[in-house]
Order: sequence, then C-alpha cells, then structure tokens
Amino acid sequence: MDPHLINDCVHCGFCLPSCPTYALWGEEMDSPRGRIHLMSQHVEGTPITPAMAGHFDACLGCMACVTACPSGVRYDKLIEQTRATVEREHERDPQDRAVRGLVFSLFPYPRRLRLLRWPMRLTGALQGFLERVHPSLGAMAALAPHVEVRQRMPRFVRARGPRRAVVGMLLGCVQREFFPQVNAATARVLSLEGCDVVIPPSQGCCGALSVHSGRSDQARRLAKRTIRVFERAGVSVIVVNAAGCGSSMKEYADLLEGTPWAARARALRVVDLAEWLAELGPAAQRNAVPLTVAYHDACHLAHAQGIRRQPRDLLRDIPGLVLKEIPESDLCCGSAGTYNIFQPQAARDLGDRKARAVSGLDADLLVSANPGCTMQIAAAMRRRGSAIRVAHTAEVLDASLRGVSP
Amino acid sequence: MKRLIARLENVGEVITDPVRLRTYECDGLTYHRATPGVVVLPESAEQIAAIVRLCNEYGTPFVARGSGTGLSGGALPRSDGVLIVTSRMRRVLEIDLDNRRAVVEPGVTNLAITEAVREQGFYYAPDPSSQQICSIGGNVAENSGGAHCLKYGFTVNHILACEIVTPDGDIVMLDRMDAGYDLLGAFIGSEGTLGIATKITVRLSRTPESVITVLAAYRDIAEGGRAVSAIIAAGIVPAAIEMMDALAIEAAEAAVACRYPENAGAVLIVELDGPAPEVDLQFAQLREICADAFELRVAADAAERAAIWKGRKSAFAAVGRISPAYIVQDGVVPRTSLPQVLAGIDRLSAEHGIRVANVFHAGDGNLHPLVLFDDAEPGAGERAETVSGAILDLCIEHGGSITGEHGVGVDKARYMPKMFSDTDLDTMQLVRCAFDPKGLANPGKVFPTPRLCGEVPGVRKGPHPLVEAGKAEQF
Ligand SMILES: Cc1cc2nc3c(=O)[nH]c(=O)nc-3n(C[C@H](O)[C@H](O)[C@H](O)COP(=O)(O)OP(=O)(O)OC[C@H]3O[C@@H](n4cnc5c(N)ncnc54)[C@H](O)[C@@H]3O)c2cc1C
Ligand code: SF4
Ligand code: SF4
Repeated sequence: MDPHLINDCVHCGFCLPSCPTYALWGEEMDSPRGRIHLMSQHVEGTPITPAMAGHFDACLGCMACVTACPSGVRYDKLIEQTRATVEREHERDPQDRAVRGLVFSLFPYPRRLRLLRWPMRLTGALQGFLERVHPSLGAMAALAPHVEVRQRMPRFVRARGPRRAVVGMLLGCVQREFFPQVNAATARVLSLEGCDVVIPPSQGCCGALSVHSGRSDQARRLAKRTIRVFERAGVSVIVVNAAGCGSSMKEYADLLEGTPWAARARALRVVDLAEWLAELGPAAQRNAVPLTVAYHDACHLAHAQGIRRQPRDLLRDIPGLVLKEIPESDLCCGSAGTYNIFQPQAARDLGDRKARAVSGLDADLLVSANPGCTMQIAAAMRRRGSAIRVAHTAEVLDASLRGVSP
Repeated sequence: MKRLIARLENVGEVITDPVRLRTYECDGLTYHRATPGVVVLPESAEQIAAIVRLCNEYGTPFVARGSGTGLSGGALPRSDGVLIVTSRMRRVLEIDLDNRRAVVEPGVTNLAITEAVREQGFYYAPDPSSQQICSIGGNVAENSGGAHCLKYGFTVNHILACEIVTPDGDIVMLDRMDAGYDLLGAFIGSEGTLGIATKITVRLSRTPESVITVLAAYRDIAEGGRAVSAIIAAGIVPAAIEMMDALAIEAAEAAVACRYPENAGAVLIVELDGPAPEVDLQFAQLREICADAFELRVAADAAERAAIWKGRKSAFAAVGRISPAYIVQDGVVPRTSLPQVLAGIDRLSAEHGIRVANVFHAGDGNLHPLVLFDDAEPGAGERAETVSGAILDLCIEHGGSITGEHGVGVDKARYMPKMFSDTDLDTMQLVRCAFDPKGLANPGKVFPTPRLCGEVPGVRKGPHPLVEAGKAEQF
C-alpha cells in the first residue's frame, strides 16, 4: 500500500455518503475514510488482523468514493494494492479459503464456466440446501441466470453501409457464457453504425475479477494474453460492453508498469460501447421503442470510467423512449463482481435498497451496462413481488436500430 | 473500563477491537488524535440516555461524535472515555410542511434534510460546505454556518427544538417556545459539552422563487474586497458573497476543473435570491457595482450555478491537490478590516515562507485561510502552526473572533484567554457546571483550563486527580 496515496486523504469525510457499506452499517471502519485509515495502520506496522481483512473484504470496489473525493484520492489503486496484501499476508479460515478457491478457479475461465451452466440450472432446485452449507453457495445459485441457447460469435462482422471504423470486440467471460444475446446485440449495433468488428476467437478473460480480488499475478497473466490476442487481430480500438472488464482493461498499463507490456497496453485504446458510440455519432436510423426505461449506473462504468452522460444520451435519442432517473443513482446495487458470492447478506440488503428505489419509478424496463447489476436488481425486484424486465444498453439500441421490440 | 464495557454491551453495539477503535481517533482535524476507550453506536435516545447514565455511574467521560468532519477537534475522543457515535441514527422522523418543520435524528446529514423536502419546494437553509456528510447533531453542536448564512443566519436561527440527553442521563426537551431562559440557545454551539442532541426539529424554508448566481473575476483580492463593500453599502443583502484568492482557485481547478476565469487574482461569487422582481432589481444594481470586474459570468441554469459553486464548495478538501498538508483556519473580522487583515496574512506568509490560500465568506467577514505546508519537511508543521496562530491574533487585534463557525474544540481552547477575560471564562464555565456538574460531557474542549464544579458526590473520594496535578481548580 503506497503511503503517498494514503497521505492524499485529508480525512474530510466527503466520500462517506456515497459508500454503500457506510449507508448500510453507519460505521467508520466500513467507510472509505475508515478503510484508508486501516491501510495507514497497516503501513505503520499493524499486521492485517481478521477484523481489518473483514472491512477490506466488505468493500464493494464500487469506486463511488473516488468520484466523491475532492482531494483526488486514488482509492481504486489503494484497495487493489490492499487486496493483494491481504491475499499475501492474511491467513483466511479454511472454509472461506475453500469457497474463494472454488470461485477463482471458475470465473476467469470461460470453458470451466461453460461446464457450470448445466449444474447451475440444477442448483435452482438445490439452492436451499446450498444456502445451508454455505451462504455464498446459496447466493451463487440464486444468481445463476437462465441461459439462452449458446450463440457462437463470428470472427468478423462487416460494417453495414459506409465503413467508419475498425474495432476489436471483447466478449467477456461471464457475458459470453451467460448473456450471449448482449454480445450479439453489441456486434450488430457496431456494424449498423458503420464499424467493422473483429472478434478474436482465442480471447479469454480480461483479468478484471482477479484484479478486483487481489490476485495480481493471475491478473497480469490474463492481461498480457488479452493484449497479445488483440494485437494479433490488428486492431487499435477495443470496444467493451461489460463495465467491469472495461474499467480493468483501461488500467492495463498501470498493472503492467515497469515492463515492456505497459507500452503495448498504451497502444491499444479501450472504450466502453456507449462511450464509443457517442464519440462516433449516430449514423443508423433510430426506430421508436415506446418504453419507460430506468437507467442504472453500473459502478464500473459511472465511477470507475466516469461514463454517465453517454448511455443516457444514447437512450434518450431513441424516439418514444422515456428515460427515468433512479434515486440514489450513485449508490451501488450490491452486485460488484464476486461480491454477492462472498458477502451475500450485504449484497442482498443493497439489492433491496436499490429495488425499492427502482420500483418507485413504474418503469417497463431496467437498463444498465452491466448484466451483473441488472441480474442483482431484478432478483431483488422479484423478492419484492414487482418483477421487471431487464436489458443491456446494447440490446435496447439494437432493438431501435433494427426496429424490433427489445 | 472493562466492567463499564460489559454493561454497555447490553445497551447497544460496542466497538472494542483496537484496530477498529483507531479509525475513530480523529475528526476532520487530524492533528489531534486519541484512540477512544470504547465506541458505542446507539440507535435511539433511550440508548444514549442509558449509556450516559452508565458513564455517570462509573465517572467516565463521554464524547459525542456525528460524522467526524469537525475542524477543531471537538469530537476528539478520550482514551479513558466513551465515544458515542450517532451515525446510525439517521432517520427523518417527521415532515410537517404546513408548519414548515421537520423532526430528524441527530445523525441525519444536513443535505439529507433538504433532499427529503426538495420536491415539495422546501429546503434547510444553513449550508456548510460539508453539507453532504456533516450531521445535523454536529451542526447544532458547532452552530455551523455556510455560504448562505449572510442572509439567512446560522444553525441557531433554524433550530426550533431539540430533545437532548443531559450530562446526567435525563431526556429533556428544549424548545424555542419555552418561557424563561433560552436554554435551546445556550445548547446550540455548546460543542457537546452540555449534553447530546437526540432529536432535532428544524425549520424548513421555501425554495426561493428566483436565484441569480454571478461569478466576478478580479485582478486581485483588494479589488474584490472593494466590490464586497460596495455591494453591502448599496443595501443589497445577497444570499451569499464568497471570495477565493488565486491559490484557492488553483486548488479548486485541480480538483474539480471548475473553469473559473483564467488569471483571476480573486473571484467573487454573489448569489441573489428571493421574489423575482426584487432579485431582478438587485441584479441590475449588482451589474453596475461589478462593472470593473474583468469577467462577469451569470449562471444561466441550475447546472451552471452548480458549476460555479462546485469550485467553492470543494475548496478546502481540494487544497490537498496542491499541498501535502494544510491547516484550515477559521476567524472573523469586521468586514471593513478585511483588506488590512488580508494584507497582514500576506505578510505572515512571506515572513515564514508558508503559502496561505484564502477562501472566505466575504459578506460576514468570516475568513478561512488555508495554511499550506509539507509535513515531510522538518519544521514546516511548526511554522505553519505559527502562521495559523498569528492569523488568529490578527483577527483579535482587529476586533474579530477566533472562530466563525468551526468551533473552539481542543484546537482553539488555548486562544480563549486572548479573547475573554478570566471572569468571562468563569461565567461560561458556570453555565457548563449547571448542565454538567461532574464534568463528564466532552471534557477538555472549549476551555483552556478545566474548572471543576464543586464536590462530586459518590464517585470520587479525595481530591480530584486534576486538582492534585495542578491542572484544574475547584470553583
Ligand atoms: C471540508 C470541510 C468543509 C467544512 N465546511 C464548513 C462550513 O462551511 N461551515 C461550517 O460551519 N463548518 C464546516 N466544516 C466543519 C464541520 O463540517 C462542521 O463543524 C459540522 O457541523 C460537524 O458535523 P459532524 O457531524 O461532522 O460533527 P463531529 O465532527 O462529529 O462533531 C463536532 C462536534 O459536535 C459534537 N456533536 C456531534 N454530534 C452531537 C450531538 N448529537 N449532540 C451534541 N454534540 C454533538 C461533537 O462532540 C463535537 O464537539 C467543514 C468541514 C470540512 C471537513
Ligand atoms: S469502493 Fe465503494 S464500497 Fe469500497 S470504500 Fe469506496 S464507496 Fe465504499
Ligand atoms: S478519501 Fe477523499 S473524500 Fe474521503 S475522507 Fe479522504 S480526502 Fe475526504
């Protein structure tokens, strides 16, 4: 943990109200300011205690505190370093270790995830039992999405109409296995907007989950592989539709600093789909989508990448679409990558809080740039008995561009 | 302490883990630190009363804490005491728009009150820059102010009633309407030394019909200062007149890219609000007065207004961008002495080689010099302290005060004798003794020398240890 980064914090507390765990528990140790204080205690020589590790684990990594901080504290960097330190220095209890091991041997590997899809369907029935074994396993089962038929993505999708750009596209491991329709929609939208889309079939996990959980060696390995794959594909822009992947990929150069890979990382430009489309400007014709849409800011898009305006503008430009703002839009929904697996209760409470905010809007459709979020909120909405349809921004755009209903 | 902790555990959630405790060691003023003996996170007035009664039983001091954003060390814990944190008491209990009041718990943030009633066209007027996080309980304790206090007054003008737990553990209601002594007035600004606020009734104000926000850029502070005097002399009472100097602008620019005019030696933010015809008339006058500004911007909509304010509101914390460490000072001078005092601050800054950024509520002469230093540089901290203290002397010399809105806390207790005679201080301490005869409520704050209020029945035998150590004397 870099003491300079810690010292940037002036202890003003401005970040507290945007922190989801502070919103839940109202304790200093579970606020950004408190966590930074814990980091400074460690730097000053206090070993990582189980209590300390617990407060770091409880952090969602939502980066709302980075947005809120007027002093420019890089909490994102700090928590990344801290998680790595915790993994290195802290002995977790055996059960905790087993569950973490299981998750990290599955998620970053698309092929293993694929094997999991069938058992995941079964787990629906087993959820009660799993929950009794370990709350995390129950959470995993509850979240298992209903998967549509797998779609194989082509290697190349040609631009419709005049070509305006050539881009690479990241499939994302969770996205491609559980939400293939989002990737299909993304490729169609890009092509309809005049982009040649290159989709290297050999791409794997971008390493986001590993970074966010302090597994930096694994993260670096996956980052290098991703860079190599897109270099070979001959593209200089990579469009990403999963907010969590995009935010980590934008940090590749930092992750690989001090090696020749950093320069190679800098040579590739990573953009979020909405960011890219806004920059490109509309070319294709928009057809009406007469729906009331609640747009949810995925933390890894809004806080980590600072992208709030572009997706809203894209949605607002669709004729007939009414866009509604969700109250407390800065507050994380509790999904946060593996958070709902490791911290099921907190994730559930945050999901319920978000669901309460969404259900006040009477929207037809909940849209976000991160399927994890929409799944999480949708599950919470079902618990309240006010189910809502969900979609990725790409799917709504795709529907509008093709003139079908999402 | 062990026995007390065991009994506190029956009352509410208690923190005793040393690593956790340390996260409560300071407030917004990190210079003073102490690890609390124990932290409790009560959720009701009854729990607070029970905690305070236990403290009485054991003769243990207690300190209240809201969001810990105080800038005078008011919430500095006692290592031999209990820290009572209100951060879980954040419910808005009642909104009564007909009578323009709301009842809230002490941990509710200042901004949350406004958010709860904004759609209905109301707001809670006092707006400290920390409004997004500071608690209303902390505001009451510090009698906090904000940019708009020039026209609307401080916290004390917007609190209608307070339910408090007295230092001996009774739950008592203090109401503006009470006949007799204005105890509510005495309680507001008492910095946690007269008890703990557990339920607060605030006045809600109507959102003004019309608001005009103007940003005027000047070559230097003196020009800006002249404009301030001219505005007041013209009989205009703006909702706010704020000024920032070049260094403060630089910091805000670095933090939030507020895009203030380039090369400005000072910017003035003037906000007019009220009924539309009145605001329009004042705006015409204001335009004339500010004619010599080298750039004048008028916010066209709410977004532009927010952009203008963003630079100002983030200024304190933003200074972190241009300096590794800093002290936020808070002093008041008569508006007419502003130019001399600012020149004096310049002199001090040059003399000690310490940069000072100035942000202030120009309308009421409330200065916030930000004394910048590098804590890695040997001796810099001490020099900054010297400058910061000398600025207060300067304020006193010019007939001002050592605090406008951040309170005395621990940080400024030692300056109290410069402003007040012994008799003044004794009189204040007598008020304190009337509320807190055992001296358990936030001891060591506000007053330089603790005074003890007569014999304490029951708890202590023999002379008080503080008296014995020559650190305090008995009334
Ligand atoms: C960046 C920044 C900007 C600021 N800007 C302003 C400003 O513009 N104007 C201004 O006036 N202040 C400002 N402040 C100072 C601070 O925010 C205020 O003093 C605020 O009122 C403190 O509230 P808190 O909840 O953080 O209280 P704390 O810091 O937790 O406590 C402050 C004092 O109040 C007492 N206290 C807390 N709760 C209670 C309670 N329920 N009952 C009795 N006593 C209690 C504590 O014992 C302590 O003495 C600023 C601070 C920061 C960090
Ligand atoms: S990343 Fe999110 S959960 Fe973690 S400290 Fe920051 S605001 Fe809180
Ligand atoms: S992280 Fe930033 S906002 Fe939070 S306490 Fe530190 S300086 Fe203030």
